[in-house]
Amino acid sequence: MTQGAVPLIDYSVILPVAICFIFGAGLLMMRKSIRWHPLIALPGLVLLFLADLTLLYRVATQGTVTMMMGGWLPPFGIAFTADLMGALFLAASGFAALCCGIYAVASISKVERRYGFFPLFFIMMGGVSGSFITGDVFNLYVWFEVFLIGSFGLLILGSRHEQLDGATKYCFLNLVGTTFFLIATGYLYGIFGTLNMADIAQKAAETDKTAMLFTLAALYFVSFAMKAAAFPLNFWLPASYHTPRFVVSALFAGLLTKVGIYAAIRINLMLFPPERAELSAVFAWVAALTMLVGGLGALAQTDLRRLLNYVVIAGIGTMFVALAMPVPDGDAVPSSLSVGLSGTIFYALHSIVVMTALYLAAGVAAHLTGTSSLREMGGLWRSNPLFAAVMLILLFAVSGLPPFSGFWPKVALVRASISGDLPWLAAMVLVSGFLLTIASARVFALGFWRPLPPIAAADRKVEPGGVVEEKFLAAGPDRALSAIPLFALTAFVIAAGVWPQWLFDLTDGAAAGIVDPSGYISSVFGDAP
Amino acid sequence: MRTIIFRFTAPYLTSLMVLFSIFVLLRGHNEPGGGFIGGLIAASAFAIYGIACGVAPVRRALHFHPMAIAAAGLMLAVLSGVLSLLIGVEFLTGLWAFPTFLGTEVALSTPLFFDIGVYLVVVGAISSIALALEETETD
Repeated sequence: MTQGAVPLIDYSVILPVAICFIFGAGLLMMRKSIRWHPLIALPGLVLLFLADLTLLYRVATQGTVTMMMGGWLPPFGIAFTADLMGALFLAASGFAALCCGIYAVASISKVERRYGFFPLFFIMMGGVSGSFITGDVFNLYVWFEVFLIGSFGLLILGSRHEQLDGATKYCFLNLVGTTFFLIATGYLYGIFGTLNMADIAQKAAETDKTAMLFTLAALYFVSFAMKAAAFPLNFWLPASYHTPRFVVSALFAGLLTKVGIYAAIRINLMLFPPERAELSAVFAWVAALTMLVGGLGALAQTDLRRLLNYVVIAGIGTMFVALAMPVPDGDAVPSSLSVGLSGTIFYALHSIVVMTALYLAAGVAAHLTGTSSLREMGGLWRSNPLFAAVMLILLFAVSGLPPFSGFWPKVALVRASISGDLPWLAAMVLVSGFLLTIASARVFALGFWRPLPPIAAADRKVEPGGVVEEKFLAAGPDRALSAIPLFALTAFVIAAGVWPQWLFDLTDGAAAGIVDPSGYISSVFGDAP
Repeated sequence: MRTIIFRFTAPYLTSLMVLFSIFVLLRGHNEPGGGFIGGLIAASAFAIYGIACGVAPVRRALHFHPMAIAAAGLMLAVLSGVLSLLIGVEFLTGLWAFPTFLGTEVALSTPLFFDIGVYLVVVGAISSIALALEETETD
């Protein structure tokens, strides 16, 4: 908590949200002059990313920072508290948003710009950024709603039939999820009389109403699992993420499910650690089955984007592994919980970047070949070797193969599972990685390596057993504008894979701040509570 | 709905309601009222005008597109928070000024501008929805 004059760098706590809303509102006001939209949106996204990096720098060098809205003292005012985990998620989301923004400039048509692509983009980013920084449970719910509103708009942009079909499922399931969230928050307020996370963390540690907290933890977990698309609540994701524009899919896959993961770590792990430990068997099964469903689902798909939908789900399962770790018993340093959590945060950052990159790359591939079905793709290795190399790196990374960014967090998770007496969960991480490797190999072999299959137009219409894919509609992305984001994202994938230590230093700090939230609490209440 | 009585009274009713909505907005800091409820009253005023005289006159009278009004409100609300950055206090902290106009002290504050922002967002969003619904119904 800051009192008196606020140092200038502390405003970086509020800047990501403020920038998103100023640019979103500004773009909405000039809805007639859509020619200017990209020219304003891109500097806005650059500013957002810079603000995210400033906050990360501030948090990494000087520790957790809190700003109370309107100067109302905690626990009564709404706190914006950025700790290392929130700042890391925020920086990754800003990076992914900037890359998607560059890609969108070329690939989003005039009509969709007129219907408000960029304003919705900024409103969604405002919601996502707010979720990562807020220190108030009800405020977290509000940010969930804000980014859901933005995502509803983005999802139906284009108004094709299957988009509306996918959006119905997406909206319904997400509304049910946020309703659970709201109900749980109502109970939470009834039990503690406060919504400030730091205050709850303190009071939950002292209380003996464990049965009530158990219910709360379970309710929160259901709502976040629904948001994150964990098994058995994962079916809305494959039903909706392949319908909008590629760049919108990339944004959703990169960011939205990770907000669910973030909230599950923040609420279930930081606020209710004993209840989390009681539920750890459930988390372990959810994680294992989600990984398995994702891996097997990816093997069964023939459409590139539908396949990626299941890859997202497999990644979600991997991230839930940390929640299944046993309570740290004190004699093992570092405990399996902190190692696993560090791996999960690393994996989430990697997943934000690599899933965004993969959907963008799928968009480029679909544009180059005119189809997104793996049965009809082919020959990209010959015609675009550089693009094919980028795709190969991304596929390696998402399968968890060295030397790219997906490898190290899986090492950490496997290590944590074994030291936490859950060898079967470690095996599941490896099995899921193996399934994803096969699925990735299929993508590369069918879409890139083999020569273009000579399929007559007539054959496409009467494809046996398959859904007839609508003619690929996205406007062609400009060569440079689609290459820059892909190269930038791939550069991160390589950097985090070859030099993982700097990122591990950060995620270790983030995990330590969650396992022992005393730094978080003293940031809100000052050193002497 | 376009009876002569309704069409005759609607403009008066609308102007009264808009006036009342501004009154509710301004008294809202210390008494019941505020931007949200004021915005709802204004939006229902425009909806009544739309039902009586058609949507096109409402759009002409509003001059700006409702979504642009909502966006301007959002911008105003955020900027009233950003002002605290220049003063060096925490975001959204209430800042007050008491200038004197024609011998009367007027209390100006960032909460007032925030509330005006909320008012504009509600007016813009609700009338945008209402006008869209009325448009499809009357044609």
